[in-house]
Amino acid sequence: MNTTIMLFLLQDGITNGAIYALLGLALVLVFAVTRVILIPQGEFVTYGALTYASLASGQMPGTAKLALAMGIGACAFDLFAARKALHGRLIVRSVLANIVLPAIVLALTIYFAAQKPPVAVCIALSLVIVAMIGLYLYRIAFQPLAHTSVLVLLIASVGVHLALQGLGLLFFGAEGQRGPAVLSGAFSAGSLRFTGQSLTVYGITIAFIVGLWLFFGLTLYGKALRATAVNRLGARLAGIRTTLSGQIAFLLASVIGALSGIMIVPITTLYYDSGFLIGLKGFVAAIIGGLVSYPLTAVAALFVGIVEAFSSFYASNYKEVIVFMLLIPVLLLRSLAAPAVEEEKD
Amino acid sequence: MQSRLPILIFAVLMAAIPFVPGMPPFWIVLLDNIGLTALVAMGLVLLTGVGGLTSFGQAAFVGFGAYTTALLTTAYGLSPWLTLPLSLVVSGLLAVLLGLVTVRLSGHYLPLGTLAWGLGLFYLFSKLEFLGRNDGISAIPPLSVGSFRMLDPGSIYFAIWVAVILSALVTMNLLDSRTGRAIRALRRGHVAAEAFGVHTPRAKLLVFIHAAVLAGLSGWLYAHLQRAVNPTPFGAQAGIEYLFIAVVGGAGYVWGGVLGAAIVVILKEVLQSYLPLILPGSGQVETIVFGIMLVALLQLAPGGVWPWLMSLLPERTGGKKPDTSLKLEARPRSPGQSGVLLQVEKARKQFGGVVAVNNVSFDVHAREIVALIGPNGAGKSTTFNLITGVLSATSGSISVLGKKVDRAPPQEIVKLGISRTFQHVKLVPDMTVLENVAIGAHLRGHSGPLASMLRLDRADEAKLLAEAARQIERVGLPDQMHQLAGSLSLGQQRIVEIARALCVDPMLLLLDEPAAGLRHMEKQQLAKLLRDLRDGGMSVLLVEHDMGFVMNLADRIVVLDFGTKIAEGTPATIKTNPEVIKAYLGVAA
Repeated sequence: MNTTIMLFLLQDGITNGAIYALLGLALVLVFAVTRVILIPQGEFVTYGALTYASLASGQMPGTAKLALAMGIGACAFDLFAARKALHGRLIVRSVLANIVLPAIVLALTIYFAAQKPPVAVCIALSLVIVAMIGLYLYRIAFQPLAHTSVLVLLIASVGVHLALQGLGLLFFGAEGQRGPAVLSGAFSAGSLRFTGQSLTVYGITIAFIVGLWLFFGLTLYGKALRATAVNRLGARLAGIRTTLSGQIAFLLASVIGALSGIMIVPITTLYYDSGFLIGLKGFVAAIIGGLVSYPLTAVAALFVGIVEAFSSFYASNYKEVIVFMLLIPVLLLRSLAAPAVEEEKD
Repeated sequence: MQSRLPILIFAVLMAAIPFVPGMPPFWIVLLDNIGLTALVAMGLVLLTGVGGLTSFGQAAFVGFGAYTTALLTTAYGLSPWLTLPLSLVVSGLLAVLLGLVTVRLSGHYLPLGTLAWGLGLFYLFSKLEFLGRNDGISAIPPLSVGSFRMLDPGSIYFAIWVAVILSALVTMNLLDSRTGRAIRALRRGHVAAEAFGVHTPRAKLLVFIHAAVLAGLSGWLYAHLQRAVNPTPFGAQAGIEYLFIAVVGGAGYVWGGVLGAAIVVILKEVLQSYLPLILPGSGQVETIVFGIMLVALLQLAPGGVWPWLMSLLPERTGGKKPDTSLKLEARPRSPGQSGVLLQVEKARKQFGGVVAVNNVSFDVHAREIVALIGPNGAGKSTTFNLITGVLSATSGSISVLGKKVDRAPPQEIVKLGISRTFQHVKLVPDMTVLENVAIGAHLRGHSGPLASMLRLDRADEAKLLAEAARQIERVGLPDQMHQLAGSLSLGQQRIVEIARALCVDPMLLLLDEPAAGLRHMEKQQLAKLLRDLRDGGMSVLLVEHDMGFVMNLADRIVVLDFGTKIAEGTPATIKTNPEVIKAYLGVAA
């Protein structure tokens, strides 16, 4: 192997790794706040990517309708939960956030889809649509289960994954799609070629990591989320609305997922079910990061991306085996380093 | 002991089904699938529901079972009956390997770790040349007994359901035994179980192997039912599906696994065959509906369907009282249990910069009640943890009967005859008082898991339960023997902990705030019990805040403040010690 190939593989690995890092961060975030292991994270990726690709090619994405349908569901859940103490303001707020908003977005989507909108509009619409799906998803599927065990939440998460993946097939068909580059153009430095797309990936990943760091370190909402992650009951007693924390976590996760999808879809063809595997690799990174540490997760994700790139060069058949088996030694090291401590379980 | 009658009825019913005239063959296929799935789910019930170890990787073990028999029967022409033990052994051995790596993982690493190797193994199945890559292996011979060849789903049906019912019996036997109690205690953390000699990593590995062997059995049957294997049914999706089958049915209940398998298999079938009639033309609608129904089911019955069904049945009243005339052998005593039992010398424990226990020295003699008192945060419970091996001292030494035990794990300490209770009660709330107390006698029983599965442990088991019942009567809770430990008041739970500690047949009893939450009369009874124990030859070291209780009971008192020993002496001298008064009340004005 010569240096050019190595540098090329390294670059490829870092680009993929950056995406895994984002997904890993989202998984850590959601798990820490809600205790949900977010298997549908992969669906956020495909929904974002394929909504973007559909819009760019002038097709109407079904996800916009799904957002409205889920919004109606979320509104029904809201009203049912508050049935004993219904009052005007609550109804208006719920209807506005859950029905009027997605209806407006749906109208905009129908309007723009007909006329091949510019890239920026496609991105904005895809992000908003997936963000709403994430938000309503929490309300419908997970908020009623917030008090149950991690295992039950996990199984619910699997159910959501199945439903969303099935819907993905319905909306986008079995054909793979590619989208236009977010940033076209490229330049060379020595033997390496940097495309605008890969630079976008780096830029957005770094921006997000810094942004999350600032959000959690400096803002009141960020601190509320951290408090919820550490101790749900304590956070509630301190006046933090834990449902709000859950909503914010899901909102962030869906935006991150959609954004990752939009960044990948110009590079590789995505299918309705591609998200699962991409999400799982983010998972691998998140586990290596111990599901708690953001910087460690980011580093681990880069590592996963690089290992994947190299193993696809040397032993492409065993690429996935290598990536997933990578976890075993890591987990082993982790358990040896930190002897199991007593966990008070509910 | 649970009644075996319902299982017998169930077995007879299942055996009769194929002979019902006009039974559609399709239903038999469905029942075959339910049986295969139930086997795996049953293993998961034990692993996840009972043992608290979540695994996504069970599909891989089904794969090991299936591929072992597929390879050996096709490439080497072995008889399927010969490959049955081999399939089980392969699954079991790989479970040992993977288990050694993964069961030590704490909390959420474990499910994720299993997901990882589940995925990795799936890709391995689909890439290995000798396993036929993605095409798998076909032309597997059918099972046959003599000239009877189980070629159709109707004939292998019996093999499958015999396997299911036998596995259920074996699993239930295992749970209702000495080993089973150790397994059931795992989910509540390992400190309490280890304090009574349970080797928790070993217990975890055991359930892991049991679940894997059941999965391997399912795989073996699957290979001979389908007569072909390929990697698809052994992937991560399948692994996840097995887990939710267990949860839907009711993780924690052996029959919940079977019920969950029935619900999910039938639901999928119904959705696949009827949904296209309602919503024609659209591909994966059944997956969508299935996913939504799964979430809805969990929202309606988060504990699973089986416990929900059981709650509809009339409650069964109490179990049978064990025959207390059976005697358990006393714990072997070492000679010289008349002098100093326990000697703590300059024990020190630092957590980072915090010195929780600061060079504390004291000892406990035979036939003596010593009280360890001090304000909150004085290091009393930490001292207990140092003595019992839960924590190891930063420096200093602890000796039992003159032998240093500084680095000994809790399992070794209890073997020396030191047993304890906990400040924060550590009972298994969904086990009865009797079963909880019997954990205390863990080291005094001898039956292993295999004996338990085959019910060869009954004589041993009866003695253990008799001992537990005797200790429960001794502490005065005979009426609560068959209640769930979680339903007792906190004070009573503390007393149950004492009974559990007494089951060790200890020479030294360590009690961490035993009187907290007790009423006045109960405290007096407790004091009498402790005096009786002392007069019977036992020593007691107790931490307690109730001064009246301590002063009337203890022979000697050791006072700690901020990790340091500030006084030691008889109750009378402690009462007037100015240092002690200062620590408790501040400097006198």
